[in-house]
Amino acid sequence: MKPHTLSVLVENRAGVLSRVAGMFSRRGFNIESLAVGTCEEPNMSRITIVVNGDDGVVEQVMKQTNKLIDVIKVSDLTKRESVERELALIKVAAETGPSRAEILQIADIFRAQVVDVGSKTLVLQVTGDTEKIDALEKLLRQYGIKELVRTGKIALLRGAKTVKSSK
Amino acid sequence: MKTGARTLIEALQREGVDTIFGYPGGVVLPIYDELYDSSIRHILVRHEQAAAHAADGYARASGRVGVCLATSGPGACNLVTGIATAYMDSIPIVALTGQVPTALLGNDAFQESDITGITMPVTKHNYLVKDAADIDRVVQEAFYVARTGRPGPVLVDLPKDVSTGVVKEGTPVPGTVSLRGYQPTYQGHVRQIDKALDLIATAERPLVYAGGGVVLSGASAELLEFMETAAIPVTTTLMGLGAVPGDHPLCLGMLGMHGTQSANYAVTECDLLIAVGVRFDDRVTGKIETFAPNATVIHIDIDPAEIGKNKKVDVPIVGDVKAVLQALLRRMQKRGDTANWVARIGAWKAQYPLCYRDDDHLRPQYVVEQLSDLLKGDGIVVSEVGQNQMWTALYYCFKKPRTWITSGGLGTMGYGFPAAIGAHYARPDLPVVDIAGDGSFQMNIQELGTVAQYDIPVKVVILNNMYLGMVRQWQELFYDRRYSYTELPPVDFVKIANAYGVEGLRVDEKAGVREALETALATDGPFVLDFRVEREENVFPMVPAGAAINEMIGVRQQ
Repeated sequence: MKPHTLSVLVENRAGVLSRVAGMFSRRGFNIESLAVGTCEEPNMSRITIVVNGDDGVVEQVMKQTNKLIDVIKVSDLTKRESVERELALIKVAAETGPSRAEILQIADIFRAQVVDVGSKTLVLQVTGDTEKIDALEKLLRQYGIKELVRTGKIALLRGAKTVKSSK
Repeated sequence: MKTGARTLIEALQREGVDTIFGYPGGVVLPIYDELYDSSIRHILVRHEQAAAHAADGYARASGRVGVCLATSGPGACNLVTGIATAYMDSIPIVALTGQVPTALLGNDAFQESDITGITMPVTKHNYLVKDAADIDRVVQEAFYVARTGRPGPVLVDLPKDVSTGVVKEGTPVPGTVSLRGYQPTYQGHVRQIDKALDLIATAERPLVYAGGGVVLSGASAELLEFMETAAIPVTTTLMGLGAVPGDHPLCLGMLGMHGTQSANYAVTECDLLIAVGVRFDDRVTGKIETFAPNATVIHIDIDPAEIGKNKKVDVPIVGDVKAVLQALLRRMQKRGDTANWVARIGAWKAQYPLCYRDDDHLRPQYVVEQLSDLLKGDGIVVSEVGQNQMWTALYYCFKKPRTWITSGGLGTMGYGFPAAIGAHYARPDLPVVDIAGDGSFQMNIQELGTVAQYDIPVKVVILNNMYLGMVRQWQELFYDRRYSYTELPPVDFVKIANAYGVEGLRVDEKAGVREALETALATDGPFVLDFRVEREENVFPMVPAGAAINEMIGVRQQ
């Protein structure tokens, strides 16, 4: 059981996300994270889905996803060289004083950006892989995380290779 | 300029639609107005569920796409069971539904339901048409998706303002359908086919496990040639009955929960299992770990997602069953020596025939046997679901594909009678008999109105035991005979039939069975036969849930 990152190219049409998500829930596949948006082709969208499961389960996930008429291509990026990124916004308690300075130092180390400064809080924006964001979250917890939001993971193959619509 | 409704009718005609099963309502008024003087025949059912089942029965009997039509909201919702039935058995139907006007969508308008959302899990694909200009393309795509690849139901939802909307006259009709997300594989991979042939050449105990995919693909002739050329015995699933002649020496009948002893023993002992157009359903495999435990597995199916879903496969071949069997036959150079195995199977068949107590009681198996003897495989037999279905599967000898119509995957009670109506319109040249239980028949009994109105010569054979027989059987065997809510009070089905203007006959004695069946078959119109059968007769053989399929009860032990 390890997380697989699937890149799913779909028609950019109403209801496509619900077809994909509905199929996952109906067949009992667990979605770890999901991110969807437009892509390089004007009439297509790319959904990046992280699922947990052994190879047999992931094979079924891919085949069942592929069966949907509006799905153009499904690729498992886990088996190939890829860049994977998530983004998180973290609102952390930061009263003026030593803790505020510490938080800024930590942010600096993680190359997180301060995107909002309040008298009692800072909002940090951080990008990276899952582990990096987990690590930052863990470090900031001691100061008090007021609110946190993470995107699903997005990913692309490294090098010149692409996930093309050649289904 | 023409309306969306007119455009729809013309698009249906281009697809070769000759019959629609439907029920009118508010938002489909524009479509019904066009149907009024259209060349397409419309059959008014008495409940929308029956429209979907009739379209399904039409599709199964003909191999063409069946069409049903219902209004929005409750009409569309009533189609759902029928659509799900077709989906589970991969039957091509197109369901047309009316919808509230686009401006009211999502407003909880009168008779609004999100039918594309509701049917998403039970359709191969569905469409909500928002512009009349899209009707031509959507209808063409819907029929294409329904009948190609692994077939299945497609729903097209048409808001009222789309039906009344205008389309420019002479708008060019789209040419061929091309969907970049949908390109089924028809030809099997040559390397895989050769791998399969190597296994076939060396197998000592090969067995073909054939299913509904053979019927859907129209591959009966190829399968027969393959089994005879390679001298390989065949067992079929419930959906595969009729794919090969039931009385063929190499045919073992049905396997699985209510399979024959010889079929289930053969699966357990075979060293090569050639699965053709099947999906290793739990009712077939029993405990999956002990299903074909000694076999190398070849799996031929058009749907890649079925391969490896339930059972590990050694040689997967994705492709149309017919095309793959043709390739196997073309490339076959050597067959294995199966003489000993075939002889062993012949001995099993002789040693373990199907049997029931042959006394002077009126037993349901006897009724089915008599019908089989009268129709000789030349009619279309439809069943409901439960004991009636299993007795028919076991005791009726199916000889040709598309002569057996039953709800396999979903197991929909009430399916048979309306499906028989559909089958009649697909094959008016053949007698159509629905074998029913008293429970199932009462689920769509209102269709007596339809058969009476159109004088549809469907014969209903009720194996009436005044129980929900299959559930009662499980209660008897596994719940200490506690018959919780499975007893049905007697119903005078003849009177009900007569009230609709349909002829009927009640039979209480075994001696009257043959004559009653002959009378019904000789009658021009519809007919209801109420056979008061032995009440606590069971379907055997039976594999208890969770057991291996060679662990059958109700049989002579090996």
